[in-house]
Amino acid sequence: MAYSVILAVVAGSGSLAHAQESPYIVTYDHYLEEPGSLEVEYFSTFGTQREGNDFHAFWTEFEYGATAWWTTEIYFDGQTTFNDSTIFTGFRLENRFRLLQREHWINPVLYIEYEQTSGADKILKEVEGHDVESDYAVPNAIARKEHDHELESKLLLSKTFNGWNVAENTIATKNLTGGNPWEFGYAIGASRPLGLKASAHRCNLCRENFIAGIEMYGGLGDRYSFGLHDTSQYVAPVVAWNLPSDWTLRLSPGFGLNDDSHRFLLRWGVSREFSGFGEMVARVFRSREP
Amino acid sequence: MTPGVKIYRVILLAAAIGALSIPLLCGQKGSSAPAWKNDANVYAELTKAPKKAVARRNPLAEDPDAVGAGANLFDEHCAECHGEMAEGGRKGPSLRADPVQQASPGTLFWILTNGVVRRGMPVWSKLPEPQRWQLVSYLKSLHSAEKPQP
Repeated sequence: MAYSVILAVVAGSGSLAHAQESPYIVTYDHYLEEPGSLEVEYFSTFGTQREGNDFHAFWTEFEYGATAWWTTEIYFDGQTTFNDSTIFTGFRLENRFRLLQREHWINPVLYIEYEQTSGADKILKEVEGHDVESDYAVPNAIARKEHDHELESKLLLSKTFNGWNVAENTIATKNLTGGNPWEFGYAIGASRPLGLKASAHRCNLCRENFIAGIEMYGGLGDRYSFGLHDTSQYVAPVVAWNLPSDWTLRLSPGFGLNDDSHRFLLRWGVSREFSGFGEMVARVFRSREP
Repeated sequence: MTPGVKIYRVILLAAAIGALSIPLLCGQKGSSAPAWKNDANVYAELTKAPKKAVARRNPLAEDPDAVGAGANLFDEHCAECHGEMAEGGRKGPSLRADPVQQASPGTLFWILTNGVVRRGMPVWSKLPEPQRWQLVSYLKSLHSAEKPQP
């Protein structure tokens, strides 16, 4: 029902904004969604699995700019484990708050997320604590019986200079079920458009429509055993293609850096931004007023 | 699944939908008149640019393609709020008004870079510097010309 309302309003939107999206899939920079805009995103992660079946995890994301300093999102996750099953694995509610009014040498954003997922969730949107590859080898029928209620906070630091964006995210996560300790992780990224000046004519293949970069992410243990031991670590080149037709495509092959990491992750995503979405919804409600 | 767990999930889902509807309507004014028209301080941020920023010159001022490229960028990123002809829209003020047209290129660049976050204008530093200067070139071209065709 909620999906239908959102899709109906989105379908009625003729107002589209050309996206200028970062290529990162795991790392966040300090840029929030424009106020009143809704971005609908779909992402896939294919992962190899030793001592188990490879998997394809996916999520759909609705990202809304409530104000110029507050962006809110909801995610729906699922996964297919080959030779096993396809299941829905949970949802996430996320909020990002810009802490400073203007641009500074470094720009902090506070990220707060609540997630309700099952143990079968494999989207690897963030890697934290002692998450290791073998955790994902458990059959879906068993893994889905584990229910996680997690509170996740991140401090996002980011800066853009000379066309380069550099971003660092520090992650602290608490599983609210049971007596689990705080877990930590990180993500860092750097990216740059291939062209800095815009062309005088619209084009699909102009250099400025492509942004390339690299990101690295992994766990940092937990409160009782902080550090890199028994953690998974990844490095992943990333590229985004911002099409003038309002779509953004992203691609990122990721590589595990130690024996506790998946050897290979292939991520891709597609997104589209709808500007004026909030105003359109407000208009729907206004029209019903006497 | 027990009835208790079902009820818990329904309540959680209802709370999530309710929580989502708050930001959805946040900042969406009920009035049909743009708020900036009655705001005497709508251009006040222009006076807050540091002297060093005000004095910056547009490195693309002589670039013949800058205005056309800036017009494209304006359509893509700015017209939604400021209107297709920069005459002002539902959310953003007119950029043809005197305070904007009399501001130095450096001031406009500074506003683009820093936004006016508490008034709803996002920062645009994600656009590379040359693109922000192209936007400034376009904005400064508005005082006398009609909107150039991309």
